[in-house]
Amino acid sequence: MNQSALFLIILLAPLAGFVLNGLFGKKLHALAGWIGSGAVLMSFICSLFLFQRIAADSTPLLFKLFQWLNVGNFQIDLSFQADRLSSVMLLVVTGVGFLIHVYSIAYMHHDEGFYKFFAYLNLFIFSMLLLVLGSNFVVMFFGWEGVGLCSYLLIGFWFNNEAYGKAARKAFVMNRIGDLGLLIGLFLIYFQFGTFEYSQVFEKVETGAYRPEILTAICLSLFIGATGKSAQIPLFTWLPDAMAGPTPVSALIHAATMVTAGIYMVVRCNVLFNYSPITRDVILYTGLLTSVVAALIGLKQNDIKKVLAYSTVSQLGLMFVALGCGAYSAALFHVVTHAFFKALLFLGSGSVIHALHGEQDIRNMGGLKKQLPITYWTFLIGTLAITGFPLFSGFFSKDEILLSLYDRSHWLYPIGLGSAFITAFYMFRLLFVTFHGKFRGAEEQQAHMHESPALMSVPLIILAVLSILGGLINLPHYTGNIAQGLHHWLSPVLADQPEHHHGFSTEMMFAALAVAGMLLALFLTRKKYLSDAVVPEADAEMTGMGKLIGQKFLIDEAYDAGFVQTTEHLSDGLHTWSDKKIIDGLVQQSGKLTGLMGGLVSKVQSGNIEWYLLLMVLAMAAILGVNLFI
Amino acid sequence: MELIILPLAGALLSWFGKNWNRQVSLLTSLATLALNLFWLSSFIPDGNLQFEHNFPWMSEGIRFHTAIDGLGMLLLLLTNILIPVILLSRWNMNADQNKHLLPLVLLMQAALNGVFTAANGMLFYVFWELALIPVYFICAKWGETDRIRITLKFFIYTFLGSVLMLASLLFLYWKTPGAHSFEWTELVAVNLSEAEAWWVGAGLLIAFLIKIPVFPFHTWQADTYTSSPAAGTMLLSGIMLKMGIFGMLRWYLPLVPEALHSQMPLVAVLSVAGVVYGGIIALRQHDLKRLAAYSSFSHVGLIAAGICTMSLNGFQGAAIQMFNHGVNIVALFFAISIIEQRMGNRSMDQLRGLASGSKPFAVLFMIAVLGTVAVPLTNGFPGELLLLQSIFASHALLGICAGLTIIFCAAYMLRMYQFSMFGQASEKQNGFSPLTTAEWLGMVTLAALVLVLGVYPQPLLDLTHASMNQLYDIIQERIALH
Repeated sequence: MNQSALFLIILLAPLAGFVLNGLFGKKLHALAGWIGSGAVLMSFICSLFLFQRIAADSTPLLFKLFQWLNVGNFQIDLSFQADRLSSVMLLVVTGVGFLIHVYSIAYMHHDEGFYKFFAYLNLFIFSMLLLVLGSNFVVMFFGWEGVGLCSYLLIGFWFNNEAYGKAARKAFVMNRIGDLGLLIGLFLIYFQFGTFEYSQVFEKVETGAYRPEILTAICLSLFIGATGKSAQIPLFTWLPDAMAGPTPVSALIHAATMVTAGIYMVVRCNVLFNYSPITRDVILYTGLLTSVVAALIGLKQNDIKKVLAYSTVSQLGLMFVALGCGAYSAALFHVVTHAFFKALLFLGSGSVIHALHGEQDIRNMGGLKKQLPITYWTFLIGTLAITGFPLFSGFFSKDEILLSLYDRSHWLYPIGLGSAFITAFYMFRLLFVTFHGKFRGAEEQQAHMHESPALMSVPLIILAVLSILGGLINLPHYTGNIAQGLHHWLSPVLADQPEHHHGFSTEMMFAALAVAGMLLALFLTRKKYLSDAVVPEADAEMTGMGKLIGQKFLIDEAYDAGFVQTTEHLSDGLHTWSDKKIIDGLVQQSGKLTGLMGGLVSKVQSGNIEWYLLLMVLAMAAILGVNLFI
Repeated sequence: MELIILPLAGALLSWFGKNWNRQVSLLTSLATLALNLFWLSSFIPDGNLQFEHNFPWMSEGIRFHTAIDGLGMLLLLLTNILIPVILLSRWNMNADQNKHLLPLVLLMQAALNGVFTAANGMLFYVFWELALIPVYFICAKWGETDRIRITLKFFIYTFLGSVLMLASLLFLYWKTPGAHSFEWTELVAVNLSEAEAWWVGAGLLIAFLIKIPVFPFHTWQADTYTSSPAAGTMLLSGIMLKMGIFGMLRWYLPLVPEALHSQMPLVAVLSVAGVVYGGIIALRQHDLKRLAAYSSFSHVGLIAAGICTMSLNGFQGAAIQMFNHGVNIVALFFAISIIEQRMGNRSMDQLRGLASGSKPFAVLFMIAVLGTVAVPLTNGFPGELLLLQSIFASHALLGICAGLTIIFCAAYMLRMYQFSMFGQASEKQNGFSPLTTAEWLGMVTLAALVLVLGVYPQPLLDLTHASMNQLYDIIQERIALH
């Protein structure tokens, strides 16, 4: 197939799905779900073809649609580029996206907004494709904002609920704070390089045609954008609230794809970040801190989706750690495996919520493994993958990151390891409390409990297989010839990559250390939640450090008091004082001085207005008429 | 010229049209639009004046001289597209009121078309004043309580600006050689000393800044927008404030280049201050109209600031944003008017869950909101990108402050949408009746513009490119000479 046609189908299929479902969805009923899924499947298949071409030849494929904006030297093309990096993202977005679409057909089938849901999902896929396929920063920004919009629409999907609406707005506004950073980064790029095209910008950086302080400003601004979209400190608090959206949305947008946009962007601009070591340090420390803080909060969450949400924040933090260490391929590797197992975990939690008719509190669950065997086994696989159980995908990708962290700093390594340990702890806690022990919910719930239909369980099984095998794409060095597949695949888009060879025994030692931590967590949680059958305490019973963690370090409250309320007070103050009293007061005072004029004008109102109006029309006509004919 | 006569004639006809006045008005406005589009088809955007009418009026120097260049064409299009939409918004309303209101809207159209085509300073001034009169009556006669006081303030305020403008134009007139002339070309050619230019410039500038309005000349605006009938608010916000921006581009910048280096930085700071100030105030408004008014104030501040950069991107950004802001703000006020007619109020405290009532309306309103929030691929984005880029390039810190608009605007617009459309609807709110054909037509037209011009903004930019380039060159040349 023609290359332009491939690009067009990949991009336009989801857009067509959006338009079709958006305009006629109501009449299409159940068909809406299949149209939505089919559109993404079409994108996926074409992405495979594109992937094949790029595998054969690593030169980026370009496709220019049209010139979007042209003002003097300021030219922006709506153009696209498929290369080694975007092809991987393409497959993840459309592949995982397709599975989640199919799952949603069953999950959402009772919802009255069924067609709307698929329209939004398709629009999201379209925006995400713009983001990863754009060949310049502005097209990426289109997608960047577009996914933010879809995220907003889908978090607030059940619009009758005001709390959900608030969560949706919070997500959008916090993202926009990051977006301002990104936008400033774009302006700086244009200022420094005179273009937005990736290839030209990177070429100029390579030749050293830049001022270092501006490059650092560019990188820092771009990273601010990344903290918004990828939920890093300080802009991470929107993501847990975003769980208000339907669960497939959490799986697709808030775990597998959109939130990894920040990582994609940094990998895309690796040439820039390589020349700004300061920014890389900032990224490293931000990522590490986020990873630990979010993991700690995850320990005390009792909402099944909230645990996974904090886990996502924490895992994203780990990916930024890799970026900060310059291990771009390791970061992307974790993006891919995380997309598999976190989508799996979220869909699994959706299956649980579906079975329990909306129950999300794990304290009211327990012992679900008997009634929900497929959900249980796939959830178990997801848990083993994220905790880094040997040979599961997360095992390889997490080790890769920890190893690069060790290379970067021996002192930071234990922190990363600690974060992984906490992850294992809260994940096993989640698994045991949810699926093992006795059921603690209402009897009625138990009676109605059922395993999810095939449309939901098949995607779960496929994702479970991917979560096990995902590691194959980038095996560690000690596996010899087949090692580091993704790393080699990406080498054309990555500038100089630090090659670290530790030898078999060192790598094994690190792997063993990580596994030991995981097993320790398994042992501890097993004893506490399985043998002793402890049920997590109610919020009010928490004390000391546990309470602080349970309250999420009061970060939301601090933001609320520090920023939201301050702005609100400022707004009220400006409106009632500055605007009405001071500025308008001055205007009124000076207005009184021109009382004469006012007196004249006010007389108009007492007269017969219609007469005045007619007079005016006639006068205007007369003036014109006189001039026309004389 | 024909674009002025046609609506005038329509206004007269409609005035005496008795029961047919809404049909007559709408047809007139559509005919004007058709004529405008016909001219557009043969218009060559090369910076030259076209469709010229030029003959002496009061004297050799005070001529009836109208002509169209790219910028003028853009604003004519804006005017003549929006007027039919505004008339549609009145379609189902009280016929007694419409009897006199609709002709006034057409009068307004005539005056506005005059403002955007005038090539003679006196003619510009006359149309500028004429445009004030119909809108004054619309607001004063059909507005809400307290309208008399508010519109009086508005009238005096803008009238004061007009007087200053007239004084400045007269001063320039006396400086023209020979028998004196108000012709634009003559006024541009006048050389002033720096002090003279400063005063002349200040007079013109204040008139335009009040009209736009730019901080701190804005206090007439929120009150007037709120108390006017929807049609008046749309006229004011959609088209009339563009007179101020147009004035800056056509009748201020090239006339007093000697004053620009001292005045533009100050205005830039004031404009950006207004962007932030208006944005913050809008965050807490409860009255939908008032919120939209502050939002508009914040957005036009950005346009003014872009002009102050005196860069091509700033000019082009201002031009395209003038058009798109007009579309977006009229769409917002249209939607608010639809809500108010059905629910009897427009306070966020009392509205909820209207999205359950009419889905098409919810979608169209959302598109208007997205355009205002300047989401990429809606019409608000290209202009905002150009404007912010130009401001950032001229002064990074100022650019960052102006950039705050993208955060504030998202916050207040989505809050507005949330508390009117989302949430649990009561029985009354569930009774939100479907859109009438007229409303549907109006909103769909605007929504289509939001999307089409967002995906493909270049035609608008091409239209004004040569004019803005010329303006840029004139200023650079004159500043260099100076």
